Parts: sequence; structure tokens; C-alpha cells
Amino acid sequence: MAITDAPPLEVGASKPIRPGRKQRLTGRRIMPWLFLAVPLAFLFVLTYIPVANMFWYSVTDWDGLDPEKTLVGLDNYIEIFTRPEIFRVFFVSLFYLAGAIAQLGLALFFAALLSFQTRFRNFFKGVIFFPYLINGVAIGLMFLYFFRPDGTLDAVLGAFGVQETPQWLGDPSVVNVSLAATSVWRYMGLNFVLFLGAIQSVPAEQYEAADLDGASSWHKFRYIIVPSIRRILGLSFILAIAGALSAFEMPYIMTGGANGSETFVIQTVDTAFRYSKVGLASAMAVVLLAIVLIITAVQRRVFPDEKADQE
Amino acid sequence: MTSTQPREVDVTGMPVGDFPASSSPVITTSRRRLPAGAAVGTIGKYASLIVACLFALIPIGTIFMLAFKTSEEYRGTGPLVPPSDWLNFDNFVIAFTQGDMIIGFVNTGIILVISITGTVLIGTMAAYAIDRFRFRGRSLVSGLFLLATLVPSVTTQVATFQVINALDLFNTRWSAILLFTGTDIVAIYIFLQFMQSIPISLDEAAMLDGANRFTVYWRIILPLLKPAVATVVIIKGIAVYNEFYIPFLYMPSQDLGVISTSLFRFMGPFGAQWEVIAAGTILVIVPTLIAFLFLQRFIYNGLTSGATK
Repeated sequence: MAITDAPPLEVGASKPIRPGRKQRLTGRRIMPWLFLAVPLAFLFVLTYIPVANMFWYSVTDWDGLDPEKTLVGLDNYIEIFTRPEIFRVFFVSLFYLAGAIAQLGLALFFAALLSFQTRFRNFFKGVIFFPYLINGVAIGLMFLYFFRPDGTLDAVLGAFGVQETPQWLGDPSVVNVSLAATSVWRYMGLNFVLFLGAIQSVPAEQYEAADLDGASSWHKFRYIIVPSIRRILGLSFILAIAGALSAFEMPYIMTGGANGSETFVIQTVDTAFRYSKVGLASAMAVVLLAIVLIITAVQRRVFPDEKADQE
Repeated sequence: MTSTQPREVDVTGMPVGDFPASSSPVITTSRRRLPAGAAVGTIGKYASLIVACLFALIPIGTIFMLAFKTSEEYRGTGPLVPPSDWLNFDNFVIAFTQGDMIIGFVNTGIILVISITGTVLIGTMAAYAIDRFRFRGRSLVSGLFLLATLVPSVTTQVATFQVINALDLFNTRWSAILLFTGTDIVAIYIFLQFMQSIPISLDEAAMLDGANRFTVYWRIILPLLKPAVATVVIIKGIAVYNEFYIPFLYMPSQDLGVISTSLFRFMGPFGAQWEVIAAGTILVIVPTLIAFLFLQRFIYNGLTSGATK
């Protein structure tokens, strides 16, 4: 391309071909929409139309089949907030929330450990991270075997002399702890890798300077590592809350929501697809969407875009 | 979700600074201080790393051993006892032939290829339009894409289901393909971020040489986006391979099973044959493990750019 002596685009293009210019401007106006047509069609058909429909269904008593939808006003919403068995499942989220906090703590701990010089560093990193990549159903089956009576967990505990073990997935007072622990096992690796990446993006000179000043490992953690990951930590925390509220896959695969392990999302999809109450289920989905949006708004307020907090 | 996230890009185009592999700024502990305390610290450190590895590996290891046991062995020995014959592949054969795992891998493969191609084309087209054109409605369009990232997809399935039904795609592979392709907004943001680092003078030079916008997109932008495409292919590939609920909901038919749903259906007929379930589980994990071993660096990089959006 012999462009070295080419004048800037505007001058070179406009002078000799005046008549073509108008055509080109029209073309310029249509052109972006040609590129956007398919993406926007998908966006509307698969995201915005469903969301709009969801609001519309949520004020009807539709069963998903009937051609007639009867308006029932806010009845579905009133039902959600007054029938205790619907709203109660939010308490199950507390187990996942506790799990998520433990998960962030563990991820931070191991990320900090591995940010110091370590033998077999890549091996440890890989092993801690790998569970995150495994198929959810495979994890579900693995942990069904892990938690079953005389399964892996009981055998390991037996090796330490613990004989009296509960029904890990059968006892309603234990099941949510077991399921939340499975989620921690599955997702901790992602947080760990994100934290480790953030820590390592700190220039090495900062640590060298700290070494010269005789800083201890704790001081390096407190004054170099923690500030460097503040933003990703905040983001992860918000995502953890949203994730705890919409916990679904592990309990759905492992127990199907039995023994008091039902979460809000399991209840929503069961209401829609098993009990054919699309209206009520849509209202539940709207409630969850509203909660997630509120959490996101709070996040935006508390942790504004990184541009703002970059020194 | 920050489309303007500044990211250093080196010559090869991979984002640097996230996971520099060998030259990473490893923190060196100052060796001259507190030798005794340092020794205790080192022991504690490796002890906790080993415990973490045991936690990560024991659930996988026991299911791996179980996959090689006969049904008598399964009933007679504990989960921590290794199988007597490490070359007993009977369970894998049963899982493969009677458990519809072949169908599962074929369907997953088809869906994977089509939806990844679709995601890349749609994502790059959208990113090209948003980044390279100034037109009325541009900020509205990018706002619409941004807003859509906030909608949790599991819950909208209640209403998405009706759309798929109306399009007559229920119980076809196209339902999953369409949903995987059409709802990946994170991919658009990865492409957007990357495209900002491609100098616009390249486009202009090509257009001076007479190239139209499609040629610029196809011949210049798309090839230069290769590293971002690799990132999207990897995170999308993992997500599609692991997705459970969309195929479960939209493709209930037996011969439309993907690996997730085929494996999920093991729980019925093989409910008492845990050794077969274990073999199926291992069959699903092995491709992931191989991909991880070969693509480690790209996976780590891809996840950081994807997860922080």
C-alpha cells in the first residue's frame, strides 16, 4: 500500500469526486446498521422481548398454553410476598452467601500465598483452579458420590476416627451446607485466578522498595496486595451476592430441590415448567431481576468504574 | 462491563500485565529476617497448599478410581481403595454405548462449532459498527447491549421459552444454538475493547485504496482481531461445553442429548451402578483436562478479560 504520501482522508477524498460524496454519506448512514442488523435482532428477540413479556405475563394468571391471558393485576406479586413458602426460600440463599464469603476469603488467601515465591507454583495454581472448568453435571455426580452414605466423605472422616456422620444430602439441616460447600469447591478457582492476576499486575519495583524498607510479608499483603485488588474484590463480592440469590445449578442437579434445598430460581423454574404457572413464575423472575439490578446499582455507587480510582 | 477498560496490548496483541507467564513479578521474601519464623511460615504455606490440593483432588480421584472397579468391587470396597485392575475399561464401554455418550459428544460438537462461529461473527460485527462508525443512535445501541448484561439469563427463561416456542425451535438443536449465539454480550465487549487498540489509520488507508466497509471488516479487522477471537472461542467453548440448563429445558428429546444432559440422565437407568456413572463423569472431564493442559495460559487470560467485563 503506497500510502506514505497520501494526504489525510478528508481532503484527498472530497476534492476530485464531489458527486460521489453525497452517495457516500448516505452509505455511511446505512452502513453501521447493516453490521448491526443481525446482532440487534438477536438482542431484541432473545433478551428484550423476553424481558418485556416477562413483565406482561407477571400481571396475568397465564398457564403457558391458554390463548387467553386474564389480567390479575398485582395478585402474583402479593402472593410472592405473603405466601411464606415462596419467600422463605430466600433464607436458603444465606447458606450460599456464607459459602461465597468463605470462598472469597479462601481465594484471597491462596492468591496471596502464591504471589510469593513458591515451588511448583504453576502446579498449585492449576490444581486449585481446575475445578472451575469442570462440567456442572460431572461435579454434581462427583459430589453425590462424595456425600452419599459410606461415600468418600464418610470414608475420609472414618480414617480420622469420626464414625457418626449425618446424612449429608438427606438431612434438611445439613443439606444446604453440603450444597453450598460444593459451590465453593466449584467456583473458588475463578476468584483465586482473578485475584492472583490482579496482584501480579503490581509492578515488581513496589515489592523491591518494600524489601529495602524491610517490610514483612504481612505488611506487603496489607499495603501492597490488598490495595491492588480492591476493585476486583469489590466486584467479586457483589457478584457473590447476586450469585447466592440466584443459586441454581448445583442444587438442581444434585437434589432437585428436595429436603429443603430449594432455592428461589429452582422454585421459579418449577413454578413455570412443572406447575405451569407462568404468570406467577414471571412475577418471581421480575422480583429477582429487580433485586439483581438494585445490587448492581449499589455496586456502581460504591465501586465506580476503575478509571476513577486509578492513581 | 466497562467498555473503556484500558488494557495494555503488546505487539502480539495479547493483553499483557494480567498473567505474564515466566517473567511475572514474583514477590521475593526477604531472607535476612527471622529465619526461624520464616521456616515456620514456609512449612505452613506448603502445608496449606497441599491441603487445598487434597480438597480439590480427592473428589475427582475417588470417582476416577471408582470408574475402573467392577460392580462387586464397588459394593465390597470403600471409596478410598484403589481398583484391583487399572485396565478394566468395561464401565467406559457401557457408558459410551448404553449411556448415549456418543450422541452427547456429537450434539455438543455440532452446537459448539455453530454457536462459536456465530458468536464471533455477530460479536465482531457489532463491535465494528459501534467502534468504527459515528452515527445517530450509537450510544443508545451500546447502552442497550450494556443493559442486557445485567439480566440474569436463568430467570428470563420463563419468557424466553415462549419465544423459542413461537419460533418453532423447541426440541431442536437450533434452540440451543440460537440462545448461545444471540445472548453473548460479553463477547461483544471483549471485541470492542480489543478493537480500540487497532489503529483506525489502517481502515482509512484501505479505504483510500478503494476497499469498502465490508472488505475492511473482513480483510483487515477480523484478521487483526485474532487474539480476541481466541479468547472468545475459549471462554465460549468452556461455557457451551458445560452448559446444562438450556439443553435440559429446550432439548428434552433423548437423541438431542448433549454431554451435560446425557450424563444427567445416567442417574435414572444407572442409579445403582455408581461405577458406570463414575466412568461417564470421567469421560466428560477428560476433554476439559486435555484442553486445560494445552491452553492453560490462554484460559487464564481469557477468563480475566471475560469475568471482569
